[in-house]
Amino acid sequence: MKDFRYLENVTTLVLDEDKCIGCGLCEVVCPHTVFKVENPKASIIDRDACMECGACAANCPVEAISVTPGVGCASYIIQRWVKGKDAVIECC
Amino acid sequence: MKQLSIKKFDADPPKCDCEGNGRSNGDKVTPLQSLQPLSIPMAGAVDEDAPCCGPKPAPPSRPYEKSGYRIVHFVKDFVKTPVGDIPRIETGLKGLDIGGTIRARIGISRDRYKVAPGLYCVGSPDNESPVLVTANYKLSFDSLRKELAGLDAWILVLDTRGVNVWCAAGKRTFSTEEVIRQVKRVELEKMVSHRELILPQLGAPGVSSHKVKKGCGFKVIWGPIKARDIKAFLKNDKRTEVGMRQLTFTIRERIVLIPVELSLVVKPSLAILLAVFLLSGISPDIFSLSAAWFRGLNGAAAYLLGVFAGAVVVPVFLPWLPSRRFYIKGIQTGVTAGIILLLVLGQNITRLESVTLLLLAVSVSSYAAMNFTGATPYTSPSGVEKEMRQGIPVQLLAVVVAVITWVAAPFVS
Repeated sequence: MKDFRYLENVTTLVLDEDKCIGCGLCEVVCPHTVFKVENPKASIIDRDACMECGACAANCPVEAISVTPGVGCASYIIQRWVKGKDAVIECC
Repeated sequence: MKQLSIKKFDADPPKCDCEGNGRSNGDKVTPLQSLQPLSIPMAGAVDEDAPCCGPKPAPPSRPYEKSGYRIVHFVKDFVKTPVGDIPRIETGLKGLDIGGTIRARIGISRDRYKVAPGLYCVGSPDNESPVLVTANYKLSFDSLRKELAGLDAWILVLDTRGVNVWCAAGKRTFSTEEVIRQVKRVELEKMVSHRELILPQLGAPGVSSHKVKKGCGFKVIWGPIKARDIKAFLKNDKRTEVGMRQLTFTIRERIVLIPVELSLVVKPSLAILLAVFLLSGISPDIFSLSAAWFRGLNGAAAYLLGVFAGAVVVPVFLPWLPSRRFYIKGIQTGVTAGIILLLVLGQNITRLESVTLLLLAVSVSSYAAMNFTGATPYTSPSGVEKEMRQGIPVQLLAVVVAVITWVAAPFVS
């Protein structure tokens, strides 16, 4: 996946290192090797590879990670623009 | 009836005796009783000397067939367990599966291509065998089971509404709640003595492992992304190597997505093509049928080439097209396609018309390419939204200018 890079400085990913307990799950679930967990906490080693899937945040037992997960799909985003943020959106 | 101890559920009902007794076979617990009533003779016992007409009758119904149910073709037989008969499935794919895969890949009945959720097994699993969790999209199910030849395992299929693991996790149907629900529904705690579930890593956006543990007592172990790594993962003490955790997007993986992308644009395309033909007919004589046809064909060619450039050429050449923005990749391929069309059409069209056709091809290609972001495994929603804020105004402007000049062209010349 190193051949594919998307836009830089757009991800909403935030890691609170103070809360981190170093369990290592974020590193295990991330499909883009964004995290590295070593002595003893997690750190973000490749922020721009993040695709905001939300796997890390969902699996962090101490809620040290936050990200706005979503669907990176144009027709979904257009529907959200047109119908508003909370509208029921048809699958794309 | 003999009490079943949860040790080994290896059973093969088709061979089971009809006396209503279980057979003890060392540690193995074999079928407790036949599923057939005692008094009914075996349906297979056809009197070979009986008068015969027509073709040979079908083979006798198997003991586990049930009125009102149909046994799906990938079920080999059923294994008796404390919680009921569990289907044992084949690990090889048949023609039916391959045909189904092809249909789903070109978008025919793709949203209904699913298997029944619940518990299945492969091989001869016992209470220590691993439990693999997957989605009930038939393609997901097939890609898992074809990698399990020679393994003894339980397969827990979630009801993801016929959607693959990754998309279902995003849509929250492959979810913490669904894992807990199915574990309880199939009474998994009675089936296995361990308390572990192996989930595909791409289900992680929808499943919080600590909440699953809390909800049903089972610990989630994140398995590899691809089913083909399962054996290596199991051998590796249920740990994923870095390579098993990273997504890929090879040319093959991109090409298989193209037909579905195209199938999604068929309907809007028909409406657009109709509009192109109608707009092409507007002439100084109000409406010209011949113009609608001949100019319409040029417009349709530009539109279809635009779709091809955006939805086919961009996915194939994705890593080699300059720019990370998909709408720009689409502009690049759209310009190329448009210029080729103009070279073909040559002197048959006016200069104004050629500009129009180029703009049409470019805007369509750019939009189609931008839509491909939804099929890639590396574009973040924040990034897609950012490029759409730039791309859509450009595409809209190009389309509006194209329509105006296309309609104006007959009046100018």
